[in-house]
Order: sequence, then C-alpha cells, then structure tokens
Amino acid sequence: MTHAIERREVALVDLLDRVLAGGVVIAGEITLSIADIDLVRISLRALIASVRMEDEDDHRAPPP
Amino acid sequence: MTEDARVTWLYAVTAGRDERGAPPDLTGVSDEPVRLVENAGLAAVVGSVPLADFGEEPLRAHLEDLPWLERAARAHHRVIGRAAGYGQVIPLRFATIYHDDDRVRTMLRERRDDLTATLARVAGRTEWGVKAYVDPRAFLPDPADDEASGDDSPGTAYLLRRRAQRDDKETAHLRATERAEEVHTALTALAAASAAHPPQDARLAAYEGWMVLNNSYLVPDDRTEEFTAAVTGLGERYPDFDLEVSGPWPPYSFTAPPEAEEAL
Repeated sequence: MTHAIERREVALVDLLDRVLAGGVVIAGEITLSIADIDLVRISLRALIASVRMEDEDDHRAPPP
Repeated sequence: MTEDARVTWLYAVTAGRDERGAPPDLTGVSDEPVRLVENAGLAAVVGSVPLADFGEEPLRAHLEDLPWLERAARAHHRVIGRAAGYGQVIPLRFATIYHDDDRVRTMLRERRDDLTATLARVAGRTEWGVKAYVDPRAFLPDPADDEASGDDSPGTAYLLRRRAQRDDKETAHLRATERAEEVHTALTALAAASAAHPPQDARLAAYEGWMVLNNSYLVPDDRTEEFTAAVTGLGERYPDFDLEVSGPWPPYSFTAPPEAEEAL
C-alpha cells in the first residue's frame, strides 16, 4: 500500500524530524549550549507531555 | 542590552542574490520581516527577533511549549520554503541565533568554502521522506510451528507459551526489518544520498503497529517520477507495508558537512 500525503500542512512530527535534527549546524551564539541532542530531547518531552495532557482531557469524567 | 534588544535568527543560506533581495512580505518565527545578510558571495536569510523571547533561557522554556514550538517550526519551514522558490537553499538547524548581522557576515566568510560546496551538492536534488508502517501480526511466524508439547505441566506450558510469544515478536520484528531493508535498498538505488531518522513515537505520529522505516532520500530532480513510481511499485509488491511519502522537502537531512556524513 502506498499513499502520498496530500495535506496542505506537513505533519508536525515529520517537520520536527527535520528542523530539529537536520539542517546545517553552524554554531549559533545565543544557543551555543543547547546541544543538538538536547534540542530534540527537550522538544520530544514537550510533545509527549502535551499528548498526555490531551489524553487526560479526553478521559476525564464529565463534571457531576 | 535594553529590553527591546534583538538578535539575528538564521533560516537558510543561499547563493548571493545581487539586487533581488529577500522574498517580499515574508515574516518569520517572531512575525518579524525576513531579510538578507550578504557576504562572500553568499546570502543568509535572517530575521531580527527579540532577545527577551529568544535568549537562551526564554528559548529553552518556549521549546517545552508545544503550541509555541509548532508555530515557530512551521514559520522556520515556511521561510525556508519561500526562499527556496528563489534559488537553491541550505536550511539551517532550528534555533541558530547570532548576536547581530556582523557576526553572520563573519560566519559567511569563514564558512564560505563548505557552504558553497554544500550548495553545489544539493543543487538539482530534492529531499523526499518515506515511512513504512507494518501490522506486526502480518509478520508473525505460522502459529502451528510452535505449539507447546502436551506433556508439559501447566506452569511449564505457560512459560513456554510466554517465551514463544516473545520469540515470535522478535521474529516478526526481524522479518519486518529485513523487508524494510529491501525497500530502502531499492530506493537508495534511485537517490544520490539517504538519511535515516529514528522511528517516530507512536503517540506523536498517531499510528498503530511498528514504524520500520523513517528515511529521507535526496533524489535528483530528473528522477522524481521514477522515485515516486518505485515507492508505489514497492507498496504494491509488499501489501503488508504501508508506505507513506512526504515532500518535497528542502534538503534538511543532507546539509551536514561531508565529513560528518562519512562518519555515519
């Protein structure tokens, strides 16, 4: 099976694979201490935390 | 520095633009106007962003804020995409920030040789993403092959069954991975280069089963149709593989210096 994605927007996960881990790395000055691995890890943590929050919202019992 | 101090966010590097300037009406990660900083025959596509939001500490906090991250990542990508409409670009890693334009000019001069070589390497080529998802059940061994012997005690039978299930899962994963390797080899034959991304977190990418391929291929533009036809063909040949193509992408995954690629 094959399907090309024909969405107007690219999927965020695909984009983050590329903008956070790809692109030419030139030592920036302000963010010098944010190592490559950190950038990906920090953001994944944020993503996973936000997905969990959505799940919790979904599963939360309606107010009495 | 004053409270409204600004620093320079870099989006991309292109060949020098002469009089053409930056794409008009284009705004960046902070809704700032995008402009060019030129030196040494190269142009950096940049924007001036507030230090209060993009200094190291505030930036760290923003990176943990998904709506902020999504908005900024999409803005970064949008600027690179628009710049690519004007000529070959080298996308820069998200959050590459310089104190000011002068330092950017210095960087362009100091890195001119490798930036120029990178521009040449990606010219006339486009990045395409290919992901493969599988349903593990399709790759499990035939269940008749590993029935436990009837002579075992219930406890032993249970342990054997548990071990068989674990072994089956490993076998299924191995089979699916081997198939992914075949798909990758077929696609690599049509590409100038390939790069592997780690499988995406199932919670983030919203899929079930296994992601056994998450690669980027740098495909010569005159082979685009051949490449997409090959993906379609592989999808037909392996119905257990759900193949997904994304792109065209700017060459995010292929702009590391050549020596870094060789090290991989």
